[in-house]
Formats: sequence, structure tokens, C-alpha cells
Amino acid sequence: MVGAPRYEAVIGLEVHAQLLTKTKIFCACPTRFGAGANTQVCPVCLGLPGSLPVLNEHAVALAIRAALALNLTVEPRSIFARKNYFYPDLPKGYQISQYAEPLARNGWMEIGDRGAGASVGPASGATAGAPRRIRIHRLHLEEDAGKSFHPEGGGDESLIDLNRCGVPLIEIVTEPDLRTPRGAGEYVERLKEILEFTEVCDGNMEEGSLRCDVNVSVRPAGATALGVKTEIKNLNSIKGVVAGLEAEIARQTRVLAGGGAVVQETLLWDARREVAVPMRSKEEAHDYRYFPEPDLPPLVVTPAEIERARRSLPELPAARRARLVAAFGLTPYDAGVLTATRALADYYEAAVAAYDPAKGAAAAKRVANWVQGEVLRLLKDGNRDIGAFRVAPSGIADLLRLLDAGEVSNLAAKGVLAEMDAKGICARAAMEAGGHRQISDEGVLREAVRRVIAENPDPVAQVRAGKEKTFAFLVGQVMKATRGTANPALATKILREGIGKS
Amino acid sequence: MTFAYRRARALADDLAAGRATSEAIVAAALDRIARHDAALHACLAVADRERALEEARRQDRLRAEGGAPSRLAGIPILIKDNMVTRAFPTTCGSRILEGYRAPYDAAVVERLAAAGLVLLGKTNMDEFAMGSSTENSAFGPTRNPWDLERVPGGSSGGSAAAVAAGLVPLALGSDTGGSVRQPASLCGVVGLKPSYGRVSRYGLVAFASSLDQISPFARSVEDVALLLEIIAGRDARDATSREEPVPRYADALAAAANGHGLRGVRIGIPREYFVEGLDPEVEAAVRRALDVARAAGATVRDVSLPNLPYGIATYYLIATAEASSNLARYDGVKYGLRVGAESGLRGMYHATRREGFGAEVKRRILLGTFALSSGYYEAYYGRAQAVRERIRRDFARAFEEVDLVLGPTAPTPAFRIGEKTADPLTMYLSDIYTLPANLAELPGISIPAGASRAGLPIGVQILARPFDEPRLLAASHALEARLEAADARPPRFPGDA
Repeated sequence: MVGAPRYEAVIGLEVHAQLLTKTKIFCACPTRFGAGANTQVCPVCLGLPGSLPVLNEHAVALAIRAALALNLTVEPRSIFARKNYFYPDLPKGYQISQYAEPLARNGWMEIGDRGAGASVGPASGATAGAPRRIRIHRLHLEEDAGKSFHPEGGGDESLIDLNRCGVPLIEIVTEPDLRTPRGAGEYVERLKEILEFTEVCDGNMEEGSLRCDVNVSVRPAGATALGVKTEIKNLNSIKGVVAGLEAEIARQTRVLAGGGAVVQETLLWDARREVAVPMRSKEEAHDYRYFPEPDLPPLVVTPAEIERARRSLPELPAARRARLVAAFGLTPYDAGVLTATRALADYYEAAVAAYDPAKGAAAAKRVANWVQGEVLRLLKDGNRDIGAFRVAPSGIADLLRLLDAGEVSNLAAKGVLAEMDAKGICARAAMEAGGHRQISDEGVLREAVRRVIAENPDPVAQVRAGKEKTFAFLVGQVMKATRGTANPALATKILREGIGKS
Repeated sequence: MTFAYRRARALADDLAAGRATSEAIVAAALDRIARHDAALHACLAVADRERALEEARRQDRLRAEGGAPSRLAGIPILIKDNMVTRAFPTTCGSRILEGYRAPYDAAVVERLAAAGLVLLGKTNMDEFAMGSSTENSAFGPTRNPWDLERVPGGSSGGSAAAVAAGLVPLALGSDTGGSVRQPASLCGVVGLKPSYGRVSRYGLVAFASSLDQISPFARSVEDVALLLEIIAGRDARDATSREEPVPRYADALAAAANGHGLRGVRIGIPREYFVEGLDPEVEAAVRRALDVARAAGATVRDVSLPNLPYGIATYYLIATAEASSNLARYDGVKYGLRVGAESGLRGMYHATRREGFGAEVKRRILLGTFALSSGYYEAYYGRAQAVRERIRRDFARAFEEVDLVLGPTAPTPAFRIGEKTADPLTMYLSDIYTLPANLAELPGISIPAGASRAGLPIGVQILARPFDEPRLLAASHALEARLEAADARPPRFPGDA
């Protein structure tokens, strides 16, 4: 925004999340991603004449679990509705969704409950400081549509893959409580995390398991009336949400600042070019002619089902972070990193327990440093997640014990961990096999020191002349000569003696 | 032995006693279709002779081995062309589905096959079941066996005509607002619309999903009861099908045969039934049926269904709204007719639907689309749902006082082909007595009650509480025996030719 922040944005999000069911919402076809086009279909999801939908109860259970995790009230009775529009990848000519009577209403989620460093960057604007509640208007169940392809050079020919038709989705709609692109990005990140923790959705935005549409308007700062909003569809990454909103807020601000009026329209985000392209204006807006789906009876959810879903809820990320901070003395930032996924948090806590059954704060901090540092670095280098890490949580504990016993140096331990992961072997085996055992044998170290002194006459002379900084370089040379296995304290002592003597 | 006009129950007894073979019965039915269907145009597809006979022989073998899968095994049947079949095309009487072959069988088709009935083909119908005369078929009208210049009623006119002319003893239709009962009345056969949810709709091409119900035709109440036993019951593939157990409907009739079916039964006659437009001959037939019922021990009293006058408006809003959505899938993209693909997506949609749908279907899609449109929804669709609930409550209240409701099935006997096509509203009035049962999800039956001076059949309709088919069938069976109007044979189609 230009100059003083004379304008503020009002943002609401609609997130579509694919439920982690094995089969589709209204038929028994698999939901697997990436199968050959039009291979995971049947008369029901193809909408063939005469076919009828039958609701997948597991999809309902997952949607209820998500609703509870987001503090929504689950309605005892909700109604499926048809959303009518013509499109080639919508084989029935309508999408089965929920409209006037959704599965759940009136929830909230907190953002800003962890320190800076989330992938959206440091908190700013409305998300700075205290945690902030974003109200959630509603959550409902619906089916996905298929996918159209317009191959380049294909003329006016289009291809349609209907595998995704009938894949179960929940749509989660916020109230217009967000004010900044970063806040919106953080909301999506927190939401993704909750859906992953509760095993409702795999959160894979690249494969379209989580998709965002945003509604945004701009108004003079301090105004209470809402400005004219636009909707941006197809924001399929957190970066896209932030970038799309930034671009659109800037555009609307320019229009308003120039005395113009924002036109209500729907825009499509082009992630490659980072621009929002107009899709349709208000005049062209669809009249979806929603009406209750006569093929499905009302969805009745009993208190027992809600209770069952409640019991299936794991500890949610925010609660887990709070506990890690309180019980282990971690910083909010560290707790945030370690709870990025439920699997990582589970891994971390298992490693702490294996290392120190009493789970003392010191042990927890020590394990945290290793998991956050070396473990995540190895995972990042291999572009893997914790599920693909070959070192068990108890392996981390074993490695730390070797360190504690002085059998391996801190530097060498990193190599040991890498080998444990690469070869799938235990800490001791990796240490022995890689020659990482710490050398505390004075004779061996003296020989190494002698050689370093002989090969580095200039630095030695500098140390003797009082340049202490160069001493550290020489210690490094000793460590290098022993491939990191030298006992650092002993090596330092012998090096000091060696330089002083000659 | 000639099999034409022989009831399914009689054929079943012949088969059980070894007096006849399925092969002979099926061969005779195919011969009769071949001889008479050119005049009637009841069928849109007829089974390959050798294939049908092969199936008949298979049923004969099973029976000989003591393994007949049901009492009706080996008996031929025709079904309306809106139930999907792998063996035949499914057109719904529409150009837009001409030649369409479904990759699966409807639930009822599976049940018929499992019970050993031999499917001989698919019958003509008003396009997508929208109509009351079978004149809206894209493939030409079906004619009434009693007068070839007259309509058989509709939309299941092909099935009604086929049973009336003795081509087959049994047929299936579908009833959304009277599409089985009204043609049964106009053709002089029995047609039973079961309670909503009694028969699986899986594989029935939808017209109005909350009203559609697959329904049997036969030459007697007992035969429709036997056929209902086979097709009724919960189906996990239809979420609106119901768990209620399926009684042995035909067994309930044995007791009814000697008059018990009507003794002590309380029959209601809605005051609102006697309105302008009710043909005096039809009214006379209803009065006579009431007298006969009274004589057989029933009590008759007036009831009131105050919201009945709103039935037609309510029905034509709900049915068309659902239809506008159900028919959206016929767009030229995936199957069926495709026109104008070279003119872009919108051009293809427009051309395909313009050329693929007939006038009545378009009229109803327009009406239904309007009824659901933003700004009109509450005034039309929303209000229609509210009135539907009132009609349902009217019946519930009436059924606190009476066991059955009796009245006309159709306001007039069969009308002439072309007589009402220019005036849709007059045509819609054909269903004034039948569509309330669909709105209220009640079972209803039409049984023959006599004939007009011109020799045209007249039916009476009886309605019952939801899932009270046993009582409905028992009373109808008893009334049928005393009215002596069932099983009449149109002179144009003698049984021995």
C-alpha cells in the first residue's frame, strides 16, 4: 500500500479440504490420486441415468471430527442440496453439497499463538502480539467435480478426467475476520495443521487436497461498512494466498484511492504469472438454484456419534504447543517447529521419553535441538517427511547417550546420525563402522598434533605471537585430521602444550 | 393352449403343474407382440427371439430340477423404457438418449432376473415420463387397445397397452403423478403404485426423484401383488428405499377372496373429488363401486382433504423443479445425442438440448428452472413444499378416520389422440386424482370398475396409509371380484389370434 495505511482489507476464506477416506462420498470408487484418467469411476460418480448417491458414513465421521476440532456446533440434522450449473466436468449437471442447513456452524480457530518463523514469515499486522480468534461461519460436506484439461495446441478440443468426481470434501468458511494477507496465510497454515493432526485431510496442497478461495474487500481504515468484495479462486498454496491477496488489495486500494469503484467479480489466480485474471462479473454470476437433494434423506447426527468423534480427537496442535512450552520449557517458536506435523511431534515426544523417562526439561531441550537441527536438516536435504526417516526415536536417545558418555564428539555425532539414517543401523554400529568413536588416547592425539604443527608453520607462529584466533583454526585442523573424532578438550590441551613447548 | 390374456397366477400354476412350459409361453408372447405391436406401438425394443427362448428353456430346466427361483419364474414381462438394462437400449422415449445402452442393470431388472422372469423388451412412454397420454414419445404414440384412435394414458402407456392387449401378463411402469394408475384406468388393467421407498429406484431414470416409484401392471390384483413381492424391499443403493419388511402380499389375498377384504373396512370418499371436469360416467362407476363395497361389509363416509385443490399446482412445481435438475446431465458431453460440437461448448449444449428434447420436456425444464430461480424460490418451490406437507397431513388426518380412500383414477375415459396436446393445462388435469398419492407418498391402486357407453374402460382408485399395501391389496382384491370388470379383453385383439 502506498503511503500511510489509509485503507484496510477485510478478508474471508473458503477452504476445501479432501477427506481422508478410501472411497468416494457417494459410491465405492477409490479416491486414490494420480490414477489413469477415468479409471476410478462407476455409474454413480459418472452420474449415469438412473444412478443414485449413497452417503459414505466415514466421510461424515471425519467431517464431524473436523467440526469439533474447529469448535463448531454440529447440527443434529442437516440437509444435502443440489448446486446446479452446467460444466463438462460436472457429469450430473449439479454438485451435491449442503446449503441452507450445513453440517456444522459457529466455530473458531486461533492464530498468532506461536512465535515468528512460520513459513509465512514473522507475524505482522493483525496477527502480531496476542493470539486472535478467527470465527468460522460454517462447515459442510460436498462432492468434488472432475477436471478439465485444455491441451495446448489441441485447438478447441478439451479432455475431461472424472476420477475426482465424488471425492469427499469439506468446505470451511470463515467470517470476514482476517485483515492481512499474512494473517490469512497463517490461518490456512493453522487450519492445514489441525486437519492433518486430526487425520481428516492430508493437507497436500500440490495435489489439491486443500484448496482456498478468498473474498476480499478494502475500505478506509476505521470504517465499519464493508467495501465491494471480489473473490479470488484457485489459491492453491499458502504463498499463493498471501501473494494473491497482496496483489488484489493493492489493486483495490489503487482503484479506491484513484476515486474509482471496485466491481464485484470473481477472479482466477494464475500461480505461474502471479496475477488474478477476471473470471466472471456479478452480472454473469451463476444462479445455482439450490434445492434439497431428493435422493438423500436428511443427515441425522446423534449425540453418540458426536461423542465418538470427540473421543477420536487427538491433542490439537495449539494445545500440544502449549503443553510443550509449559512442560518442557521450550520456546513457542521451538514448540511450533516441532508440532509442524502430528508425526513430527509424536516423534519428538517419543525420543524425549526414550532418552529420559522422567522427561526432564533439560533432556527435552537437548532432544529438541537435535530433532529441530540435524533431523530436520537431513529430512529437508532428502525432501522427505518424518515418516521416511530411518532412525527410530529410541535411536536419537541412544546417540545422545553416546555423546553423554564421551564416546562420540558432538561433531562426529552428526555424521553418526546421517549414517544411522542412510543405512538403517543403530547408533553404536554407525559409530564403530564409520570410525566416529571419539579418540581420547593421548598417544594418538599427540601424533596428530605433531603433524598439524609441522604442516602449519605460519599459523603456529601467529599463535606464538599472541594471535589467539588462529589457535581455533589449529584446533579445527586437529579435528579434521582425526575426522572429527578427537576428544576436543584433550586435543586442545595437547595442542596448547605442543605449541608452547617448541 | 393359448396363453394370451392368461393371468400370471394362472400361468404360474400351469408351469408348476407341468401343463405348460416357459418356452411355449414366451414363444406365444413374442408371436403376439410380433403380430399386434405394429398397431399398438407399445414396445420400443423387443428381445431377440432366440435369446429369450434360451432363457425360457433355462427356466424350464431349473423348474424341472426343482429349482424354480420364484413362483413367477418363466413368465414373460415387459418394462418401461426408463429402467436401465444392459440387454436393451434405454431411451426414456427421448431423442436425446436414442441408442443409449446403460452399462448396468436397474435394481428391479436384477430382481426380475433373480426371480426367473423373462424380460421381453422395453415399452413406450412419454418422454422422460412427462405426460399423460404417451403422445410425448419421440418415437411416436402408443395406441389404446380399446380404440386405436385413443390414447392409452401415460406416461407408462406402452406397458398398460401391452398388458391390456394380452401381449404379456405383467409389466412394469413408473408412477410419478399417476403414470401407472391413469393408463391402467384408461386401458382396463390393474396398476399399483407402491408407497414411496417400497421399490428401489436404483436404475430408474429420474424424472422427479421425490415422487417417482416403480409400479407393476397386471390383469388382476393378485398378479400385481405377486409382482410387488418380487420387486419390493430395501436396496442399499437407494438411500430413499425403506427398511420395512416385505410381507407375502399375495397371501393376504387368500383371506380376502371370500369377501373379508372389505368387511368392516372404513372407506373414505373425499368431498373435494367431485369437481367440475369429472365425467358423469366415471362418477357413476365410482358410486357403483362404493355401493358394491358397502354391500360387501365396508362402511363409507365422507372425508375432507382441504388442500387437494392445490395438488396440481404443487405437483407441477415440485416435479418440474426436480426434473430441471435431473435432466441437466443430458448435455451432449458424455453419452446420447451430441449436436453442434463444432460451435463451442455453449453452442453444443444449446443445440443438443434443443434437438434432443421434445416440447413438453422443454416446457417442464423451463418451468422448474424458473421455480428454483433466485428470487422466486420461496414463492414457488418453497411454498409448494409447504403445501405438499399440508396435503400429507390432510391424508394423515383422513386416515385416522378411515382405512382407505376411494375415488376416480382419471376424470375421463381415454381421450382421442391429439385431443389435448395443444392444451397442456387440460392434459395436466388428467392426473388430478392420482398425483396427491405421490405428493403424500401413499400406495394407490387403480382397478377396472366398468366401461363407458362407448365401451372404454373406467377405473377406480383406492389409496391407503404408507406401507399399508396388504390392506390395500386385500380390499382391492375383494372389490375386483364383485365389480366383475377385471380381465376384460379389447375386441380388436382376440385371445386366439
